[in-house]
Amino acid sequence: MEENKKKYVNLDVKSIGMIVALIVIFAIFYVITGGKNATPININNLIMQNGYIIVLATGMLLCVLTGNIDLGVGSIVALTAACSAKLVVEQGWSIPLAWLVAIVIGLIIGLFAGFFIAYLDIPPFVVTLATMLMGRGLTYTLLQSLTVGPLPENYTVIGTGFLPSVMISFASGKLDLVSVGVAALITVGLILNELKTIKTNNKYGFANVVPWQTAVKDVVIIALVWFFFVKLGQNKGIPIQLLVVGIIVAIYHFITSQTVAGRQIYALGGNAKAARLSGINTRKVFFWIYVNMGVLSAVAGILLSARQGAANPKMGDGVEMDAIASCYIGGAAAAGGVGTIIGAVVGALVMGVLNNGMSMYGLSTDFQKVVKGAVLLLAVVMDVLTKKKKG
Amino acid sequence: MSEVILEMNHIVKAFSGVRALDDVNLKVEKGEIHALCGENGAGKSTLMNVLSGVYPFGTYEGDIIYKGEKCKFHNIKDSEAKGIVIIHQELALSPYLSIAENVFMGNEQTSIKGVINWTQTRGKAKEALAHVGLENENLNAPINSLGVGKQQLIEIAKAMAKNVDLLILDEPTAALNDEESAQLLEIMLELKRKGVTCIIISHKLNEISYVADSITVIRDGHTIETLHKGVDEFTEDRIIKGMVGREMTNRYPERVDCPVGDVVMEVKNWTVYHPEIADKKVLNNINLNVRAGEVVGLAGLMGAGRTEFAMSLFGHSYGQKISGDVYMHGKKVSTKTVREAIENKIAYTSEDRKTYGLVLIDDIKHNMTMAALRKYFSNGLIVDQRKENLEAEKYKKLINVKATSINQTVGSLSGGNQQKVVLAKWILSQPDVLILDEPTRGIDVGAKYEIYCAINDLAKQGKAVIVISSEMPEVIGTCDRVYVINEGEIAGELPKEKLSQEEIMKCIMQHNNRKGE
Repeated sequence: MEENKKKYVNLDVKSIGMIVALIVIFAIFYVITGGKNATPININNLIMQNGYIIVLATGMLLCVLTGNIDLGVGSIVALTAACSAKLVVEQGWSIPLAWLVAIVIGLIIGLFAGFFIAYLDIPPFVVTLATMLMGRGLTYTLLQSLTVGPLPENYTVIGTGFLPSVMISFASGKLDLVSVGVAALITVGLILNELKTIKTNNKYGFANVVPWQTAVKDVVIIALVWFFFVKLGQNKGIPIQLLVVGIIVAIYHFITSQTVAGRQIYALGGNAKAARLSGINTRKVFFWIYVNMGVLSAVAGILLSARQGAANPKMGDGVEMDAIASCYIGGAAAAGGVGTIIGAVVGALVMGVLNNGMSMYGLSTDFQKVVKGAVLLLAVVMDVLTKKKKG
Repeated sequence: MSEVILEMNHIVKAFSGVRALDDVNLKVEKGEIHALCGENGAGKSTLMNVLSGVYPFGTYEGDIIYKGEKCKFHNIKDSEAKGIVIIHQELALSPYLSIAENVFMGNEQTSIKGVINWTQTRGKAKEALAHVGLENENLNAPINSLGVGKQQLIEIAKAMAKNVDLLILDEPTAALNDEESAQLLEIMLELKRKGVTCIIISHKLNEISYVADSITVIRDGHTIETLHKGVDEFTEDRIIKGMVGREMTNRYPERVDCPVGDVVMEVKNWTVYHPEIADKKVLNNINLNVRAGEVVGLAGLMGAGRTEFAMSLFGHSYGQKISGDVYMHGKKVSTKTVREAIENKIAYTSEDRKTYGLVLIDDIKHNMTMAALRKYFSNGLIVDQRKENLEAEKYKKLINVKATSINQTVGSLSGGNQQKVVLAKWILSQPDVLILDEPTRGIDVGAKYEIYCAINDLAKQGKAVIVISSEMPEVIGTCDRVYVINEGEIAGELPKEKLSQEEIMKCIMQHNNRKGE
């Protein structure tokens, strides 16, 4: 009808709202901590401290997309961390083998939960409440309530080490050229991707976003990327953990946005009955989502034990809530069918920046929970209200 | 001319700049049944929402004069206080609560404030139920133990319990079978005798011309005309002319150049048991076939087992202990899972598109490619989004889905356009047989015509089409051959020449008699 008419739409506020919120929260803490939260070492800590949460959030998003959650992830993190630490420290197993065992344990718990959820139709809330209790109990039993450590350096490197760097002197300090190179690569990638989107839109007559809004969005994101990587470069370069997390996020972003399996998850979350009558094996999809969550929890367990250099039975207590909150803050709908991996990652970063900033400011961990709860509520309220306005 | 109970003058209601109602006028006389007709999206429901205070005073322009008094309703409570009660299309009943509790839901009978008086609740519930002929129901039975027809009557009883003067019914018979609909219409006439004024919104024009005293036709947010019984012509064709703005000489487009070919699908000895009651046969020994280029109808009363047949055939999605064989092009195939059914080139569109057909929060293109995604829009793993865009765009144009783009959410489309998306979804799975279950339920005349055209196109391409419909004229108008199904069995097979409502009913009656013997 109006294919040839150039028309523009406004930028979807939701797609960038969380990034803006992230920047605002960061800026607030910048002011109240006197700039301490923007030091290279703290930016580095942000990643080191929250890497495993991001991994959990990516897995949790798939559960949230189906309209459910997994309460068991914190316990699986603890159990897998305990197993691999114990095998390495007490049994002298090789590290890769211990990690493999941890992942297999995560897989088994995932298979266990997935079976009850997908094939016996037990509500995920109940099943994962059970795995949460069982996992935590097994961890305490296994560790006899004691801490296992210290872990050897070859183990902790995945949580605390850095990629090779090329340091040059810069301003009054030093700068890693590898970090700068990565930032440059991401910049080029983002711009190419934007051009491709515009090309596709033009080709099919879809409306493009108003050019200046696209420009502002891209400039903001690119500035953020540079800020982040330059800070890392001023520290010790790119943490290995960032690489691990980055690869996982990239894989899951690809799965959810480009693959048949990803589409099936959204279809299932949006309307399970319609999905089933469209030939989607909804049980199978459900099953693999929970299996996957088990495996990613094990990865998170390895990362966390590596960073802490030890394993203790309390590890990962309550992180399932952080992962779930990350998804909701990142725009996922509690009813299912809506949400993105990138959103969940940004949500996890919002939580991370909050935690980090409040600790620096000297707020007690007790009160931190109040603030986190309020932010979660606020984020979802904003989301619901903007949706209402549109409708 | 008798007393006017309600006047709505120059009503204008805009949604973010778009005028859904533009200078609408409605005059309802006391004690009459007044029908509102119009295509989907014409503004009927919006008008009723203005009247009942769903859209509060101040959000629209114009006046509402009710019983000679200018009204400013701020919410539904305000309008109910004046005796205006609206019954929405979706039933507002709580399934596990008892009949009595539902009748007084939101209107609880209390002695001390906040404490329910159960004696009074039961007593008054019985009174209210008497108005709709349900006084003998067990008041303590949960609502979900009743059929949809009776639930609809409970809604009316609920309204009666609020001392209603003006009852608004939005599509009351959409989910009812012929018998239940007839009963509901009789109850409306009974209420009329008791002095209750009714406004009814319905797509079933035969019902309207039977029950209504006057009809106001709305098109594109404008009042077109008001017809009065005994004064104006009151036929379905006349109403349709007002609704679509032109004469619809033929409601069922003719199928030309469509030779019928070989048998594509044959079902033999299909028997299915009830999913919960293991010894109850729902379908007994069904045998049927459909040929290339042929449109075969499954006629019958609601509950006869037609949907159950289609669902059990399509991936064993209904029932248990399913036996019988399916042959495609003479070869025996399995349809045990939906995926197998799709791979064997069978497609099924559900009678309930919102629940079983669409992901309402997702966009048009994703919905269209949902059933064919793995096979035709991916390499088995990664989605080919370029092809997805192209095909979705093609089918949007081909079957005329009215939307701004293929990225629009399906939930925001009208019923007719949603149905077109469902149809496109299954055409894209490249089936040889399409089973269309109530393909035009709840959609307007114009969209219906387009769906019929699409069915014709499919037949012309050599597809075999099975149409399940409760509307007998539709079966008669679109099908080459009809199987009449009654109580889970095939009661008869009628060729096109013998198709008429009388023949179909005769088939059912004779079958009932045979079973009775």
